[in-house]
Amino acid sequence: MIIFDSVTKLYPGGYTALDGISLQIAPGELVVLSGHTGAGKSTLLKLIPAIERPTSGTVQVNGQNVSSLSRRAIPYLRRNIGLVLQETRLLFDRPVIDNMLLPLVINGHPPKEAARRAAAALDLVGLSGREKEFPAGLSGGEQQRLAIARAFVNRPSILIADEPTASLDSAYASEIAGIFGSFNSAGVTVLVATHDISLFRQWSPRRIVLDHGRLMEQ
Amino acid sequence: MLNWIYLHLRAFALALERLAGQPFGTLLSALVMGIALTLPAGGYILLDNVAMLARGVSGKPEISLFLDNKADSGQIDAIRQNLREDPRLSAFRFVSRDEALKHLESSGLGDVLGGIATNPLPNAFIVTLRGDKPELFAALSEEMRGWPGVEHIQLDSAWVKRLAALLELARMTMLVLSVLLGVALVIVTFNTVRLQILTQKNEIEVSRLLGATDRFIRRPFYWFGGLQGALGGLVALGAVWIGIDTLAAPVAKVGETYGVLIVLAGPGWRESLMIVGLAIALGWLGTAISVRRHLWGRP
Repeated sequence: MIIFDSVTKLYPGGYTALDGISLQIAPGELVVLSGHTGAGKSTLLKLIPAIERPTSGTVQVNGQNVSSLSRRAIPYLRRNIGLVLQETRLLFDRPVIDNMLLPLVINGHPPKEAARRAAAALDLVGLSGREKEFPAGLSGGEQQRLAIARAFVNRPSILIADEPTASLDSAYASEIAGIFGSFNSAGVTVLVATHDISLFRQWSPRRIVLDHGRLMEQ
Repeated sequence: MLNWIYLHLRAFALALERLAGQPFGTLLSALVMGIALTLPAGGYILLDNVAMLARGVSGKPEISLFLDNKADSGQIDAIRQNLREDPRLSAFRFVSRDEALKHLESSGLGDVLGGIATNPLPNAFIVTLRGDKPELFAALSEEMRGWPGVEHIQLDSAWVKRLAALLELARMTMLVLSVLLGVALVIVTFNTVRLQILTQKNEIEVSRLLGATDRFIRRPFYWFGGLQGALGGLVALGAVWIGIDTLAAPVAKVGETYGVLIVLAGPGWRESLMIVGLAIALGWLGTAISVRRHLWGRP
């Protein structure tokens, strides 16, 4: 369960990214977050894994108050949240398999188990057999799929994606949307910020619309 | 526990990879650290050699107890007993007045006594000490002066004092030099690790997003600093050995002119381990400060 209670986020300089947001996302929901550029979508998503902290109000994730979480506790919160940010944030100087193994090593999986999980996740996103290639050798869609596989490889209960299809053509975008849909069908809470809601229509998502940091529709 | 070992092995492999990934930079850093460590390490080894040499040339420190000519055999036995029981002494021997006279005559100085009918030389004990500290000399001579039958004490401690003072001065100079160069090494490592952190910025940020703890992120840097220190230590060790090897022949020649055999000794196992260990510790310290300065407070 994700709960936002009267959350406001001000950036230095006085810019209001979020203004008194209150909402709840139940486990297993597929939520599509939309709104124009600068509406506050990215900020809202970043508050969940404590990349940003609210200026006022509280954010709760699975019963934990993220707003007041200690610095030492943040890594353990993030291990239960899969993150796909606007930039893929892949390690371009490391092969695909190393990118996949990193979250598993961080999470303390033994090498054999980590290798098995990485192979399974790559298979799920159609990148099986590309383990030794470097991300620069993959297409934009493949890089995005790799980022999604990395976010999912630890089997998190929540998957957050910020504009995962923004830089992709429509064929790749539908493919990526399909991957999120299938994760959600497996019981994962999925929260996707996107400009193109139609991509997710077939999974009947719940729609949240932001405008200038305010909640317009949910 | 197994996971902890695995994480350290992984961090070690990463550190090796980073060192091997920039061979020129690694070599330069190792040389800088090595040369900086060579000065104090070589200095200490040289001092040890000088101290050993000085002992060899001057012989062991001794005290001569000249006895009163009126001292009877009971008093002489009591002095002998005292010397035998004193743990601060390593050896002693009795030189009778007749032996002393013979020795004097055989040394070619017999003519000095030509006009004297009786043997004027006293009985004496020649005492060898354990250690060469001036305080030990002073304490023993003061004590022995009070023994019945002892008329005069002669100790050749001036050279001991001078040598001890010179060696102490040299040791202090080396200590100051070591501290200064140690600080320089810490700064070198600090900067190298700072550059590493900048190079690995993306990986660090991604790791944080994926739930890496501070410890997980710092671990490879600690290994990196330690390995770099070890390389510097090995360079220093090599340089000291090359220095000893180069100086051995000229120093032996100088010794020959004084009729003394001089063999320069290089660092033993203990000294070698100390040099490398110290280099690792300094590398680790520089890393710890750099990591704390550049990674702390960035969730």
